[in-house]
Amino acid sequence: MTLRNGVKGSTDPLRVQGSALALLSFWCRFAENKGAVLGLAFLCVILFLALAAGIVAPHSPIEQYRSAFLTPPVWQQGGSWNFVLGTDDVGRDLLSRLIHGARLSLLIGLSVVALSLSCGTVLGLTAAFAGGVVDGLIMRLMDVLLVFPSLLLAIVIVAILGPGLFNAMLAVAIVMLPGYTRLSRASALGELARDYVTATRCAGAGHLYLMFNTVLPNCLAPLIVQASLGFSGAILDAASLGFLGLGAQPPTPEWGTMLAGALQYYQRAWWVLTFPGLAVLFTVLAFNLFGDGLRDALDPKLRR
Amino acid sequence: MLRFLLRRLGLIVPTFVGVTLLSFLLIHLVPGDPIEVRVGEHGIAPARLAALRHTFGLDQPLWKQFLDYEAGVVTGGLGVSVVTRQPVWDEFATLFPATLELSLSAITLALLVGLPLGIVAAVKRGSVFDTGLMGVSVTGASMPIFWWGLMMILVFSVTLGWTPVSGRIGDMYDVPPWTGFMLIDSWFSDDEGAFSSAVSHLILPAIVLGTQPLAVVARMTRSAMLEVLGEDYIRTARAKGLSGGRVVVVHGLRNALIPVVTVVGLQVGALLGGAILTETIFSWPGVGHWLVESIQRRDYPVLQGGTLLVASLVILVNLAVDMLYGVLNPRICR
Repeated sequence: MTLRNGVKGSTDPLRVQGSALALLSFWCRFAENKGAVLGLAFLCVILFLALAAGIVAPHSPIEQYRSAFLTPPVWQQGGSWNFVLGTDDVGRDLLSRLIHGARLSLLIGLSVVALSLSCGTVLGLTAAFAGGVVDGLIMRLMDVLLVFPSLLLAIVIVAILGPGLFNAMLAVAIVMLPGYTRLSRASALGELARDYVTATRCAGAGHLYLMFNTVLPNCLAPLIVQASLGFSGAILDAASLGFLGLGAQPPTPEWGTMLAGALQYYQRAWWVLTFPGLAVLFTVLAFNLFGDGLRDALDPKLRR
Repeated sequence: MLRFLLRRLGLIVPTFVGVTLLSFLLIHLVPGDPIEVRVGEHGIAPARLAALRHTFGLDQPLWKQFLDYEAGVVTGGLGVSVVTRQPVWDEFATLFPATLELSLSAITLALLVGLPLGIVAAVKRGSVFDTGLMGVSVTGASMPIFWWGLMMILVFSVTLGWTPVSGRIGDMYDVPPWTGFMLIDSWFSDDEGAFSSAVSHLILPAIVLGTQPLAVVARMTRSAMLEVLGEDYIRTARAKGLSGGRVVVVHGLRNALIPVVTVVGLQVGALLGGAILTETIFSWPGVGHWLVESIQRRDYPVLQGGTLLVASLVILVNLAVDMLYGVLNPRICR
């Protein structure tokens, strides 16, 4: 019961005011970085488009308009307001496919990061708490995974599991695992030596309680930063796999897969190549800017 | 230094065994029997299947197969490609110079452009140039390189017609592969214009593959220089009347190089991953292109052996980077 007093105290009005102040000062530090704010704004737009794809997109992402093959964007000769960014070789509206692709890309980023962050954290904390043989085994396994170039490892895993969006996400999650494992282990080892951990242990807390309720909350800052930067890596790797024909399969409107489909005729129709690539670039860029800003605001020690 | 080297080598052995184990498991994790996967839909007589399984040692217990595989790896036997019937090692050795040439060009480009840009940004901290460069740098680091490569082809090859779209050299040149490096071989060949053809083929892939390392090097050089330029010995050097250029390059850059070397070393894995995409786009006959094709042809021995070789290469480069630290900063060796 004594252990829970801290949690109970959070309803105290002074504390609420304190945490609101902390949030405000966090926002001020974050807002100092103009690039980060720009990234966040772009991400909000993408998130809105992804959530409202069914309403915002003018057409279905897979419907083929047989009278409108390779229509150029509206500002070019032959373009039409019906297909603002043009159509692809089977007459699908590019804008609608991009909007639905945003939904996929955010979903890919979220699932990959959630999976590798949770597994990596559990593995890292286990390694830090267990020490000895378990620690050695987990960390050597991570060393082995780190030796493979990330895209190559992802390709090999997909070659084993078979191509497809789900397998590609799983592969990217495995590739990203070592980063989270090493980071959480290192932070947990730093915290384990602190007095408050010893005190909680003396108060009779079990291993699991120590791991997840005492140590983990204090290791979160670097993990959150790594996770926000991990989104960009996940989206980029998944798009690369899609481009190589190993990720999402056509007609899924995934951005990388769309680029692979455009390979046959992009020399005649620049828009089928340009827009999906710009979508990947801007989204990844926004996540990187946002992550950088988050790092500066959360952890000044990491600032470069 | 020797003790440092031995200690690092001792750490490598378990990693290497782990890498071989992983690449060994690869072929056993593929759903279905490797032989049946190989013959595909044609089917195979049970007696023939058993004979083939025996030939390839697939009827042995798993641990025995792993030991045999390990023995093969140590003696350089990595199996035979299912498609070409060539030993995997021979194919790798033929294709690797192409990948090495491309990667070295990319990293040279990254250093030649990235280092000066990073230095200037650090010296002119907070200027428009600095802000602009850092913006470009984060964009470069976010670049999906498969798209970047296609855009370069669209602009420079298709629209402007400046560079060829694919391959390492024009079809009309027959350059004997002495070193495997097209630039060197074509330089010494009798064909007039072979060298410039090789350069024009190399330039776009090198820029595409070099973009991400360039962004990283520029960023890292800037931050390392900023740190170093604030040190006391820089102020001392200025105070004794040395020219600004000498202080920055001789006193500053030398000390800022260690983190830059680390970053360049860490880029090797990313570079080989990037080579897979770059080689696929430009039909560059290298290891990355070969590995992607091996998946499409279900050529598992090639995928297995190639993956193992690439991973071993990364281990070796990491070791070399560690050694280089020792040279740059002797304190680390102790």
